Amino acid sequence: MIRTEELLLNVGPQHPSTHGVFRIVVKLDGEIITEATPVMGYLHRGTEKLAENLNYTQIIPYTDRMDYVSAMTNNYVLVHAVEKMMGLEVPERAEYLRLIVMELQRVASHLVWWGTYLLDIGALSPFLYAFSDRERILGLFNELCGARLTYNYMRVGGVKWDAPDGWIDRVKTFVKDMYVRLDEYHNLVSGNEIFLARIKGIGQYDAKTAIEYGLSGANLRCTGVDWDLRKAEPYSLYDRFDFDVVVGKNGDCYDRYLCRLGEITQSLRILEQALEQFPGEGETMGKVPRVIRPPAGEIYVRIESPRGEIGCHIVSKGKAEPYRLKFRRPSFVNLQILPKLLIGENMTNMVTILGGIDIVLGEVDC
Amino acid sequence: MQRFWDDPLNWGNAGIFVAGAIAVLAVVILFVTYAIYFERKFIGWMQFRKGPNRVGPLGLLQTVADVAKLLLKEDTIPSKADRGLFILAPVLAFVPSFAVLAFIPYGLKLQFADLNVGFLYYIALSGITTIAVVVGGWASNNKYALLGGMRSAAQMISYEVPLVMSVVGVVMMSGSLNLRDIVIAQEGYFWDWNFLPQILGFGIFVISAISELNRTPFDLPEAESELVAGYHVEYSGFRFAFFMLTEYIYVYAIACLTTLLFLGGWNPPFPQLDFIPGLIWFFLKFAFIVFSLFWIRATFPRLRVDQLMSLAWKVLLPLAILNIFLTALGIELM
Repeated sequence: MIRTEELLLNVGPQHPSTHGVFRIVVKLDGEIITEATPVMGYLHRGTEKLAENLNYTQIIPYTDRMDYVSAMTNNYVLVHAVEKMMGLEVPERAEYLRLIVMELQRVASHLVWWGTYLLDIGALSPFLYAFSDRERILGLFNELCGARLTYNYMRVGGVKWDAPDGWIDRVKTFVKDMYVRLDEYHNLVSGNEIFLARIKGIGQYDAKTAIEYGLSGANLRCTGVDWDLRKAEPYSLYDRFDFDVVVGKNGDCYDRYLCRLGEITQSLRILEQALEQFPGEGETMGKVPRVIRPPAGEIYVRIESPRGEIGCHIVSKGKAEPYRLKFRRPSFVNLQILPKLLIGENMTNMVTILGGIDIVLGEVDC
Repeated sequence: MQRFWDDPLNWGNAGIFVAGAIAVLAVVILFVTYAIYFERKFIGWMQFRKGPNRVGPLGLLQTVADVAKLLLKEDTIPSKADRGLFILAPVLAFVPSFAVLAFIPYGLKLQFADLNVGFLYYIALSGITTIAVVVGGWASNNKYALLGGMRSAAQMISYEVPLVMSVVGVVMMSGSLNLRDIVIAQEGYFWDWNFLPQILGFGIFVISAISELNRTPFDLPEAESELVAGYHVEYSGFRFAFFMLTEYIYVYAIACLTTLLFLGGWNPPFPQLDFIPGLIWFFLKFAFIVFSLFWIRATFPRLRVDQLMSLAWKVLLPLAILNIFLTALGIELM
């Protein structure tokens, strides 16, 4: 017998495929992983603690920096929680604007995932195609609120800026173009034999495991569970639109891939309808007291972010600052299944599985 | 050139050999410089980018600047590395890659060494580079480099087998291992070139060759998403440049070999086009193959280690043997 040794390999925090400062310590037998220990916290900034000394409007920019690939949905979960607590009415035009930016953000976020995932798998070009499309979305956001990544766009009771002239038409053009581009992406990648061989049947789990681990978003839907908060507990204006929840069947990386690309199509459908219904004029800011003081009590609000269920738990003592603020970050929860999936896989599959979960380190560490 | 080989060695001959070697080196370095430039340009265009366009007109001096940077960089050797082997590895990789160029005929008369074993010489020498890669991976004392080195040893050894087997058909058809004779046997119209009668062998050869070159979709030894940079992760400066140079010289060699073995070398596609010099035909075919390699790189994702191995041993090798059988059958029946 050949005597072999186990190799302890430190993947990250500086590694091209950990999508940020994530670290996994893996024990390798040859190239097979026998043990995996995730280490996180390299990007911890104490958002929740900081929030205890800030008033609610000041917390909004901090939410931008949690899931920086999908800042609009983070904005929304906070302002939505405060509005619900105070029972505020949001003008329709503002709510439509919020919904449009959230769906655009979902498309942008899934594009980032698609591009970087294929980069992980070794294909270079899709990354640049995806980012050039995302660039158009960022351009639209830039017109709207002057920022391209951390928007600070929503406010308790409405949105900060109204849509500039012609913005709605430009979004319409984008949606039309995006359908075409998406078809091209499917033609280029989705049927590629090498790609299928790489991700079919990899990182598989069933619906029961997914629910036990508290997974949400595409990571849950890929197992066949029909659970999308936009349909299950409609918030904002989602009950007004006709769209489908994309579910998979096998719970492997390929189904997760199809779920996410399917969600882009559904978001485009929602956008088409929302842009048609968009009210020509109206207020973008509701009647909000000068100092936002939610009544004493607790609230938990959850919405569907591109990565899954993002929740905001506020404990208020009736002051301008929250007594305690807690975010349920989908990336953090979804990541918990990683060590279980990695055992017995090789190094290459490690990258495929980690990429398939779709984490954003800003959100994991918060 | 042949004339000088047959004469006894004297100062005059030796001078010509040295001058010839320097000429090849110049041609190859020029090729590598602009292969890298065009690779970046082509892939840039395929990705809606502009590619390098800052240094020199149209960015033509970009690679020159890059090489100058690499040469001027501080020479770093990790303190825990195996010093001797670490220094030896890039040299060991480069020397055979350059030596394989000696036997390539560019035209009926234009050849440095007319070797009768031709193709075998290439296989024998390119095998040494595999050792260099393992040595480099081992000597770096880095876990990623070690994994990359091991991967590439397994990959290069596995793919050499179908690579050699796929050429056997060609050798049987032309009855010689000598590359010049193989090209002469392909004279005529383009359907007389080996790639049509040997279509199976051609496919296997191209796939194995891409794998030998460690290029996408078989670039596992340096799979950057898993192994960061693979076996040369600790190399920088001119040592890294040597590994890079080796890789591109093999691209040059393989493109030449494919042209000679399967695409009729310097023969024009129609004998009527004979008035165009053979060297131009050779270059066109050669450029087409190099371009295809870039094209594949921009298009495909990467295979997984275990899939790579099973592809070599379970698919390509049996097919190559089948190809030999079919060729033998064809020769026997005709």
